[in-house]
Amino acid sequence: MTALLPRRGLAQIFALIVILMVDRAVSPQFFDLRLQDGRLFGSMIDVLNRGTPVALLSLGMVLVIATRGIDLSVGAVMAISGAIAASLADSHGLPVVLAAALGAGLVCGLWNGFLVSILGMQPIVATLILMVAGRGIAQLITEGRIVTFTSPDLVWLGNGAILGVPVPVAIALGMLILTGAVVRGSALGLLIEATGGNARASDLAGVGTRAMILAVYVWCGVCAALAGVIAAADIMGADANNAGLWLELDAILAVVIGGTSLFGGRFSLLLAVLGALIIQTMNTGILLSGYPPEFNLLVKAVVVLAVLLLQSPKLTGMAGIVARIRGTKA
Amino acid sequence: MKGLPPVLITAIVLVAGFVLCALQFPNIASTRVVCNLLTDNAFLGIVATGMTFVIISGGIDLSVGSVIGFTTVFVALAIERWGMPPLVAFVAILALSAAFGAAMGAVIHLFDLPPFIVTLAGMFLARGASFLLSTESVPITAPIYSTVSDFALRLPGGGRLTAVAIIMLVIVIGGALLLQLTRFGANVYALGGSRITASLMGVAVGKMTIRIYMLSSLLAGIAGIVFSFYTGAGYSLSAVGVELDTIAAVVIGGTLLTGGQGSVVGTFLGVLIQGLIQTYINFDGTLSSWWTKIATGVLLFAFIALQQVMIAIARRPAVRPAGATP
Repeated sequence: MTALLPRRGLAQIFALIVILMVDRAVSPQFFDLRLQDGRLFGSMIDVLNRGTPVALLSLGMVLVIATRGIDLSVGAVMAISGAIAASLADSHGLPVVLAAALGAGLVCGLWNGFLVSILGMQPIVATLILMVAGRGIAQLITEGRIVTFTSPDLVWLGNGAILGVPVPVAIALGMLILTGAVVRGSALGLLIEATGGNARASDLAGVGTRAMILAVYVWCGVCAALAGVIAAADIMGADANNAGLWLELDAILAVVIGGTSLFGGRFSLLLAVLGALIIQTMNTGILLSGYPPEFNLLVKAVVVLAVLLLQSPKLTGMAGIVARIRGTKA
Repeated sequence: MKGLPPVLITAIVLVAGFVLCALQFPNIASTRVVCNLLTDNAFLGIVATGMTFVIISGGIDLSVGSVIGFTTVFVALAIERWGMPPLVAFVAILALSAAFGAAMGAVIHLFDLPPFIVTLAGMFLARGASFLLSTESVPITAPIYSTVSDFALRLPGGGRLTAVAIIMLVIVIGGALLLQLTRFGANVYALGGSRITASLMGVAVGKMTIRIYMLSSLLAGIAGIVFSFYTGAGYSLSAVGVELDTIAAVVIGGTLLTGGQGSVVGTFLGVLIQGLIQTYINFDGTLSSWWTKIATGVLLFAFIALQQVMIAIARRPAVRPAGATP
């Protein structure tokens, strides 16, 4: 049996199953699926669909965190790319819209990567700049309005279906496979982990750490831009103030729940996406159970704390803590 | 050659900015506008003072905005619904926020976790708790509120130095003295310089960490009370994103985000620069408020880049060949 089950993901899979069971208990039709107009409907599909933006963000974020970095600007990048997509949607074709929006994400990622890898800034600080300024830039693009569009191509990206599967879910799955193939199909993943484990040692060993760090921020920017386009396509408009607001925190949370250490050095793409699904299943469960959505934040806070304490290098047993408390008081 | 201290650069930027604004809109150079600037940014100045301590010690506190939000809701409900006398409500909320900060500091120290993620959880917790209390804006009608908001020292030129502005100035001065003149302040710098060195030198790292986060949350609580004076209401969504403005003010004020260097005075100047940008945009009338964010972002970048350069310069003498003139 142990050969069939991945050892590292057991806790996450177990957590997801437990939350799904709770959801099933509060809403008996939770697992019901039906096919309508060539698209699947049901609570499960909702969870996948709503979880897409955070899942996409966590795909980029997990690589950044693996290099011991963090990207606070993903929410702002979502707002920028969503604003660009929405403003161009009715006047240009889908390829142009996508190229412009994803290109913007690429540029944002390059900027972050440049600050962190070339100028050597702390990742929190470097990405804070774009987090603060990015939403202003997005509002500049939309001129402070909520830009709406009707272009059927872009709307399809948010609301359409491929073989019954909602397009956003298909895109997220595609990105997961693509990212996985690139980083795990080659030595790239190993080199990223090496960079996070010890940047200086890796550099001396011949790993192009600067290029690695630049690359993960660029990828994170592109993933965030894609999430922004999908979020805009979903609501057929771009709201520079609220698009992607606080999603950087959800993305970091998803990565942490997925067991990736904030101290860098190892990562799991699949578990990060699973983390995003766990968050969304919780959100949906709270909504279905009739509790006010305000409970979301409290539940999230408790989950973050629980996961953190489990990850803590110091939590090797209560004895260790007691010893430390004594040490503090002394 | 050490170059200009960062606080001086911040001061020069502030003065230059003020002169430029005053040249375009002569009315800006009046006590009235300056006093309004102090009043509008009073809560930011208070919370940024606490953040300065946290950042100099090498940490970060993302929970301050949520603590402000929670405080406004708690105070409003305590006074209006639960019938607490205002002063009792203030004491209760300050004790609560201090305990909250101490708890975060304890978790950071005991479990050796990054402050970033622990205070992120604190941010969720405090915001979630304020949503639970009330999702509506609760107006406060207690007489003390109108007394405080009517109180002001009249200055020549039509300026009104309001009570909240005075509270802010007192806290900034008190914070600056605490940081510069006390053992506590010296320990804060020591922690930011190097945790290990500090602990070897006999600094009680755990106690200090707990106290620093306690101070930050306590000041966030005071900022919340000031915010409720300013708006006359408690609202669970108030002060969303203030943690970013605060961190930006601290960095623009010349405090090193890696810790070990910085000053409360610089932070105060950083708050004033942000307020000045906002005032300029208000005076101009055609610029939209989102320019504040972009301008703050640009300033942030400029100051962080400057810090990088200064760190590089500071490290250079070590690799200079012997005999080179310093």
